[in-house]
Amino acid sequence: MNKRPFSTPSLFAAFARKEFYHIFRDRRTIMILLVMPVIQVILFGFAITTEVKHVKIGLLDPVPDVATRRVADRLLASDYFDLARVLHSPAGVERALRRGEIDMALVFEPRFQRRLLRDGPARVQLVVDATDPNTAALFTGHARQIIADAGRELAPPAGATSLAAETRLLHNPAMKAAYNFVPGVMGLILMLICAMMTSISIVREKETGTLEVLLVSPARPLLIIAAKIMPYLLLSCVNLATILLLSVHVLDVPVAGSLFWLVAISLLFIIVSLSIGIFVSTVTRSQVAAMLVSGMLLMMPVMLLSGLIFPVEGMPPFLRGLSCLIPARWYISAVKRLMIEGAPVTVIAREALALTCTGALLVALSIKNFKNRLS
Amino acid sequence: MNAIATELLTKQFGAFTAVDRLSFEVKRGEIFGFLGANGAGKTTAIRVLCGLSKPTSGRAVVAGFDVTRDPEQVKRHIGYMSQKFSLYEDLTVRENIRLYAGIYGTRSREIRAKSDALLESLNFEAWRDTLVKSLPQGWKQKLAFSVAIFHEPAVVFLDEPTGGVDPLTRRQFWELIYRAADRGITVFVTTHYMDEAEYCDRVSIMVDGRIEALDAPRGLKERFRAESMDEVFRQLARKARRN
Repeated sequence: MNKRPFSTPSLFAAFARKEFYHIFRDRRTIMILLVMPVIQVILFGFAITTEVKHVKIGLLDPVPDVATRRVADRLLASDYFDLARVLHSPAGVERALRRGEIDMALVFEPRFQRRLLRDGPARVQLVVDATDPNTAALFTGHARQIIADAGRELAPPAGATSLAAETRLLHNPAMKAAYNFVPGVMGLILMLICAMMTSISIVREKETGTLEVLLVSPARPLLIIAAKIMPYLLLSCVNLATILLLSVHVLDVPVAGSLFWLVAISLLFIIVSLSIGIFVSTVTRSQVAAMLVSGMLLMMPVMLLSGLIFPVEGMPPFLRGLSCLIPARWYISAVKRLMIEGAPVTVIAREALALTCTGALLVALSIKNFKNRLS
Repeated sequence: MNAIATELLTKQFGAFTAVDRLSFEVKRGEIFGFLGANGAGKTTAIRVLCGLSKPTSGRAVVAGFDVTRDPEQVKRHIGYMSQKFSLYEDLTVRENIRLYAGIYGTRSREIRAKSDALLESLNFEAWRDTLVKSLPQGWKQKLAFSVAIFHEPAVVFLDEPTGGVDPLTRRQFWELIYRAADRGITVFVTTHYMDEAEYCDRVSIMVDGRIEALDAPRGLKERFRAESMDEVFRQLARKARRN
């Protein structure tokens, strides 16, 4: 018979090429794969932010003097606070707050300087719109610190023994939200692309019946699956590079640790996510089901339990235990350590081990499911 | 030599016997109709014969290879077209041919020459670079069949290949089946259309996992004193207990 022995590399190439056709000929798929990650990084980096900037300040200074001006200037000099209105009465403060013209009023008592320098303690009041308590707490804290600094400059404490605790924020001195979000978004996007897209694309072949034809063919199932996930593996690497470039150059989040190990742990996570996708495809029959399983059952816990939105440390023990089952949690934690803290690779041994075990388990389960289907 | 031979072929799922002691032979180049109501066990039997599913007991030899011991060799020497349309819709006609031919190890130079000849014989030349999803349904079916026998298999399994196709296209489809059989390819076909059963050389009718009747259409009609295959089928299917 006029047939050559089966050449695995060329067969693999033929399958992978076909998979690329599927991806690049479907505009929706390509949008999800290449455009969405960019949009997500930018959204999380800029729009969804817990940073406080340009808080509108109302100033009520009945008797301006050098000291009140110094304190007010110090406060308004930072990026965080802008002078929105100059007020003239306590009633005016309330009105401006209610109308949303200001977020916080800075109120000095009369004869502020005299009290500060002679009669001691001088008082300044912050009236804050606390509709959003977290934000309010954040910027009041910041304002208090600035005011206290200014006060110390104007009237140094008499005794040399005064004690003051000074907070230094390591790794993220500007308290930028991007530092927290970038690792989270990396976990989310890689998971989404690998798990959801692979499971959908495998289940689609089940739905259309082409998988059956492939299984009847002499091509080995392992080869079919490997060729199928190859494009997603490559696209995930492209996305990884995009996210890292965006975070360094657009969001100003540097890679503090070893880039090599960051990429290595990311590849490990990508492989784990791909095996999640394969596993999902063995337990679902329709594309909708695959999307729901990877969307609801995987994405939601990733969003909620991986530390992306709520810190793992603050969870009740039950949820913290549950979060251990989520690969993205380990990955996000490893990225935080490596990328933000610049820790050496030995620190993330636990994370790497957890990811490796999950991946191995998923592959084993998928193979078992697959064999059950055949027998 | 027989293209397919089974001996007490049985497939059980737990306590349920989907295929119950099938013994039959299909000759080389024969068009063999494999009929049965839904749930009679046809699809399970085909899956076993294609090496997709292992029999619980009994033996089946397809294209000279034992399905239990040598499923890989069986797979190399058969073609398969499922009731679901089995080409890739977002690949062009030529890309589909190239992919499937490649899977069966056909050399690329040979693929090119053969696909040109194939497209010519189907009058498809103008459509070679068209995405399959924009072809009319009947054309897709014809193309799927041509792809399934592109590697010149010894046996081709067709699982309800003409579902949802208009009568004219079904006629044309059967022309292709005849041409394949003339080339020596054995055709094993399931169908719901009893007029198609008349086109087969021999027909088996499965009821509750067993073959209740097996003969040429004319012989069956005589035995059951029926005017048409449809009547034969009804008489037998009435006995079914399942479903």
